[in-house]
Amino acid sequence: MAGGSSRRWGRAVRSPLGVTAAVLLLAVLLLAVFAPMGWQARADAVHPADILQGPSGDHPAGTDLLGRDIFARVLVAARLSVELALAATGLGVLVGLLLGTAPLLLGRRAGRWAGALVNVAVAFPSLLLALFFAVVFGVGAKGAVLAIGLATAPAFARLTQTMAATVAGRDFIAAARIAGVGRVRILLRHVLPNIAEPLVVAATMAAGSALLAFAGLSFLGLGVQAPGYDWGRLLGEGLAQIYIHPAGALAPAVAVVLAAMAFNLAGEVVARAIGLRSAESGTPAGPVTAPPPRAAAATEPAAPLLAVENLRVTFPSLGAQISPVREVSLRLRPGEAVGIVGESGSGKSLTALAIAQLVAAPGRVDADRLEFLGADLRGGGAAAHRRLLGTSLAMVFQDPMTSLNPTHRVGHQLAEVVRRHQGADRRSAWARAVDRLHAVRIPAAARRARQLPHEFSGGMRQRAMIGMGLMASPALIIADEPTTALDVTVQREVLRLLENIRTADSVGLLFISHDVTVVAQVCERVLVMYAGRIVEDLPSGALLQDARHPYTRALVAAVPGMETDRDRPLAVIPGRPPDPARLPSGCAFAPRCPLATEVCREQDPPLAAYDGDRRVACHHADLAPVAVAPYRTTAGRDES
Amino acid sequence: MRELRFEQVSVRFGSRRRGTVAVDAVDLVVPAGAVVGLVGESGSGKSTLARAAVGLAPLSGGRILLDGRPVRDVSREAGRPPLQMVFQDPYSALDPRMSIGDSIAEAIPRHPAPASAQRRAEVGRLLELVGLPADRAGVRPDELSGGQRQRVALARALAGRPEVIVADEITSALDVSIQGAVLNVVRDLQRQMRLTMLFISHNLAVVRYVSDIVAVMYSGRIVEYGPVADVLGDPQHPYTRELLAAVPRAGVAVPEAPEPVADAAPPDPHQPPAGCRFHPRCPVGPLVLPERDVCRTADPAGAGHRNLAACHFAAPAAVAAVG
Ligand SMILES: Nc1ncnc2c1ncn2[C@@H]1O[C@H](COP(=O)(O)OP(=O)(O)OP(=O)(O)O)[C@@H](O)[C@H]1O
Ligand code: SF4
Ligand code: SF4
Ligand SMILES: [Mg+2]
Repeated sequence: MAGGSSRRWGRAVRSPLGVTAAVLLLAVLLLAVFAPMGWQARADAVHPADILQGPSGDHPAGTDLLGRDIFARVLVAARLSVELALAATGLGVLVGLLLGTAPLLLGRRAGRWAGALVNVAVAFPSLLLALFFAVVFGVGAKGAVLAIGLATAPAFARLTQTMAATVAGRDFIAAARIAGVGRVRILLRHVLPNIAEPLVVAATMAAGSALLAFAGLSFLGLGVQAPGYDWGRLLGEGLAQIYIHPAGALAPAVAVVLAAMAFNLAGEVVARAIGLRSAESGTPAGPVTAPPPRAAAATEPAAPLLAVENLRVTFPSLGAQISPVREVSLRLRPGEAVGIVGESGSGKSLTALAIAQLVAAPGRVDADRLEFLGADLRGGGAAAHRRLLGTSLAMVFQDPMTSLNPTHRVGHQLAEVVRRHQGADRRSAWARAVDRLHAVRIPAAARRARQLPHEFSGGMRQRAMIGMGLMASPALIIADEPTTALDVTVQREVLRLLENIRTADSVGLLFISHDVTVVAQVCERVLVMYAGRIVEDLPSGALLQDARHPYTRALVAAVPGMETDRDRPLAVIPGRPPDPARLPSGCAFAPRCPLATEVCREQDPPLAAYDGDRRVACHHADLAPVAVAPYRTTAGRDES
Repeated sequence: MRELRFEQVSVRFGSRRRGTVAVDAVDLVVPAGAVVGLVGESGSGKSTLARAAVGLAPLSGGRILLDGRPVRDVSREAGRPPLQMVFQDPYSALDPRMSIGDSIAEAIPRHPAPASAQRRAEVGRLLELVGLPADRAGVRPDELSGGQRQRVALARALAGRPEVIVADEITSALDVSIQGAVLNVVRDLQRQMRLTMLFISHNLAVVRYVSDIVAVMYSGRIVEYGPVADVLGDPQHPYTRELLAAVPRAGVAVPEAPEPVADAAPPDPHQPPAGCRFHPRCPVGPLVLPERDVCRTADPAGAGHRNLAACHFAAPAAVAAVG
């Protein structure tokens, strides 16, 4: 992560925008520091002979009413202008921070008052506030600083408040509170560091605006008073003579604009560097590419529902290519239930997305064969394929809330599916939606169809998602962790529903889960994935007791069941799954495998068939049952 | 280690009229040195009860006692909080800007203030205790896996030398291979240090593995309570039986619920049903067995029933078990 952010910084600062901002800001700051030393005398020198001269070699921007050199005055005024803007910003940030963090510091009730104050203040246009304060504090530089500072504060307070509230809701703050850490300390140690970057961005931009605001106030005569002068005042003086010579007004105007731009651009660059704004935007999905056709195997059985051979998903990553899914081959008959199990990051979901043509660019999907209902899906994007997938394939995801639109009625969202893919009219689409909700056993379906997703419980939402998949008549349901977020009782309902649909209409089911027990309960065959490959393919009846791959056996052993021996430690798999960018040579499981030998570290074992339709990718599959015992059921219980 | 006791604890969110009573007059004992596993469906109030114990949710009624004295008094006297909590989400539990060593050190009691060398040694000891090398104290959380983060969170909880630890779904965001390692650490620590622990999970197998006592929560109430073997081996409340039946088992077809209650939704926390709160879903309640009309009107109490099951038709407590 640290590497990533420094890379982002480098990229942001080297971009054309970054270079421009850095050069401008540096110039403004150098000018503010050094200009009065170099040009003060020249700026103050009165030349009664040269009053109101136009631009010339001696006076690049001409002279003013007293014959003073305007260009020198503009340069010298940089210090006061920048100083005042920074002072006002500093004041605004300070007051904003105090107001914004008040809810955290003062507790609920006082915090609510601070919040209300901020809300009211934010509603006032800030220039109006500034004018109001200028009147209250009197005309002059001090009054203007107070005015602009206090006018900046509400927006800043609002920003602080919102961000602090987000951070404060996280568990580490709760942990610190439980540990007895005081409020001020929590604010300083936990909250501010986590919101500092966006605050810096906002402050930088606020400085730019303050600069403009000062120019405005001084211009109106409410800011800096003679004999002092800042850009705003020079602008005012210049403007009075604009018909005589425009350069006198132009010079301070350009200075104000450039300086304000410097601050705003710098803020923008910082924002990009810390990832508040994304520099690049999303790209549409990439097509599936078909590699040169190989000689078709002559011994193909009758067309299966889904046939995948040698599926590979590739992403570019730091110049290299990584393949989080490799060499995946699988086959599904109509009405068959096949499960995919594996740890997070093993490539389960990506396999499902690749089959459903949902991998977004820059991801690439390659396969020797990718057939659904006899249609070759490779070559991508064709309208016919999209319609085929839209009507015959249903996807069910882990979190139905992210796939349902929270602002539309559930029934409409279901109806939309048939209206889009089959052009059904509104009324029959609605009737079908209600019917499908009824089919997934949502009580009072007609009334429920008119509700919004958040009015459904988690289990009902998941059933509604399945119902959406059933709007057309799918031949295949791909369910990705459909019950992981649910309670056992609700999980049971969803599983039962999937089971009923599958057997009633011969719908194929590709069921993805990290829970070996659920998969063994729901599916007929199980595919075990590790580091992007299928390492074992076996009937679910054999999963718990007769798996041959050491990883499968370890995975099964690691899950506590209702019979696990409470007096023995749970089996664990040492180490971590490999990073797809750094796969070990040979078998990817070797660093964690108790059976690994020299050959394992050198050669990746092929997924080889045995016992008819079982497949396993391991050099020592015959040894595994003896070496990796299924701890899961205690021997004592089994024998007694 | 001390006993944690909830007495008639209620937590209400929102206004008195339209609010939600998330926890409703709960009595629960976590005996000294024991692990009580709290199970129940989503929204039943488990987390709210836990947060009330550590002071993150305000009580609207009842008391929480440590060895018979209000937690607040114990806390003030000892100068440090007697309860610590470990959270579900390993990604939000640690401050991303702080090294894990600093996060743990922050929880070490500041009275008396330990020397910084002492503090560092203590951080190292705690890390070793949860199975992480002591020299990793300087790393940021984003360099750790979810399981390792949970172990750091556990070390931070132990740093406060608490009397009681509250663990809320600490393994449900983890992969099974990592879950085992975290559960082993919890189990070992508990046995070594005789920790008093309230362990919340919706996974019955996990609760069974780490707990001595199981409490079952439904709609803001505790509906069954007793030693693991009794509650899971001889469940008395129909809801506990439902939970047990719903645990997935390989090779067993997904069971069907009886027709009249098959589609019943979980209770609406704003308007819990009258009588027994479980009656609209109870497979042996009034919807299935019409003669059990009493369930619609009378709220069952746990006292007098085996496993303190709050059901009119639970078996009576065995006489021997009372003494
Ligand atoms: N801050 C809150 N404001 C309002 N209502 C809340 C708040 N926190 C929880 N609730 C409500 O209180 C009830 C109990 O919630 P709680 O989080 O304690 O359940 P839980 O048993 O921990 O569930 P889960 O298993 O999903 O974690 C729910 O109805 C919930 O919607
Ligand atoms: S091939 Fe070797 S390292 Fe890989 S799983 Fe088999 S025995 Fe283990
Ligand atoms: S009291 Fe009645 S409704 Fe409630 S759990 Fe017992 S049998 Fe079921
Ligand atoms: Mg919870």
